[in-house]
Amino acid sequence: MSNEELHEEEELDLASLPDDELVQQMHDDLYDGLKEEIEEGTHILLDRGWGPVKLMNEALVAGMTIVGIDFRDGILFVPEVLLAANAMKGGMAILRPLLAATGAPPVGTAVIGTVKGDIHDIGKNLVTMMWEGAGMEVYDLGINNPVENYLEALEKHKPDIIGMSALLTTTMPYMKVVVEELVKRGIRDDYIVLVGGAPLNEEFGKAVGADAYCRDAAVAVETAKELIAARRAALAEQPIAVAA
Amino acid sequence: MARTTLLLACGALAKEIAWLIHRNGWTHLQVRYLPADWHNHPERIAPEIDRRLTDWQENYRACFVAYGDCGTGGLLDAVLSKHGVERLPGAHCYEFFSGTAAFVQLMDEEPGTFFLTDFLVRHFEKLITKGLGLDRHPQLRDMYFGNYQRLVYLTQLPDPELDRQAQQAAVRLGLTYEQRLTGLDGFAANLSALNPQAASCLS
Repeated sequence: MSNEELHEEEELDLASLPDDELVQQMHDDLYDGLKEEIEEGTHILLDRGWGPVKLMNEALVAGMTIVGIDFRDGILFVPEVLLAANAMKGGMAILRPLLAATGAPPVGTAVIGTVKGDIHDIGKNLVTMMWEGAGMEVYDLGINNPVENYLEALEKHKPDIIGMSALLTTTMPYMKVVVEELVKRGIRDDYIVLVGGAPLNEEFGKAVGADAYCRDAAVAVETAKELIAARRAALAEQPIAVAA
Repeated sequence: MARTTLLLACGALAKEIAWLIHRNGWTHLQVRYLPADWHNHPERIAPEIDRRLTDWQENYRACFVAYGDCGTGGLLDAVLSKHGVERLPGAHCYEFFSGTAAFVQLMDEEPGTFFLTDFLVRHFEKLITKGLGLDRHPQLRDMYFGNYQRLVYLTQLPDPELDRQAQQAAVRLGLTYEQRLTGLDGFAANLSALNPQAASCLS
């Protein structure tokens, strides 16, 4: 038997796995950054009648959470995380239209972008995907955004969150420009402002007037959920004005 | 008290600093180099320099640091402020080699500029190709560099072979190529400003 034949015989047939083993296998494939396998697994589970929300949460987000933990703990490094993210992107591309078709209200809405002068988007893209995975509606403004782009998007989408990202020491101060413009217009408190990026830290987040600094994509998800819940609870407690 | 001055420097500056010490006769300097691959791990820079200054500072007449902010987001400055030690001006070596005005102009012209220095050209394989995992996963190139437009090689000490390698790097990353000669005069002036004794050697 040739090596090729041997390899072919050993290749795992995802369709032959029961649901629980297939989900486990998808976690492993995400970890290994195998995009085609993730796409195949996603199609198989959909064909078996899995709903897109359950599939996204149990197969993709849970798998990506493991990747995030191992990155935080220094077991995985940036290249591996990028491959995993790319694999998850493949699954999300299949699920996104199905998720929209469910008509379920999003957990929250966010506008996110890399600030003016900065073209780095790896972290921002990860956060976008993880927020989508958490059931949020996300409007991604891309890179190199002047304050006008944020203002326009806030007006158009009325999000809960405005997220800003920067990788450069030279560009991160622009976050303060955006926050100050929100303050100047009297709309700062209408939004949750989250900031992130490799050279940032908690102190910097406070200094620019953000509500929170998010160390990584997993923290961005937890922070977004917590602050949206707190904001909605606060709004619900506000007394309703009654006309005299 | 010891009379020597300590220069704590990034290993990526070793060749240039050695050249300046030789040229200017800065014999009062004791240079200790720190790992150049912290370039890819800026989170290590501030705590490691803090530790070394804590251990070594009292043994020297004066100390200063040949680093920029280097992606520490102000954490290095906080450490240096605690020890009363100064560093080179600017965000990173691209800025203090090219000079702030020229660097700002380059970034204004094209925010998608990827910089190499003599050191980064010499160690492109280790720090960029292997450091970013492009040797194992070449498909990551566009995730890392897709938004970049050009590679600018900031040349400290001209060498046709390094120029050729830098051009080759631009091709591999899918970027246009430009070379800008910075020389070492600006860098020497920045070092001297931190260290008056060196300045007197220069004059």
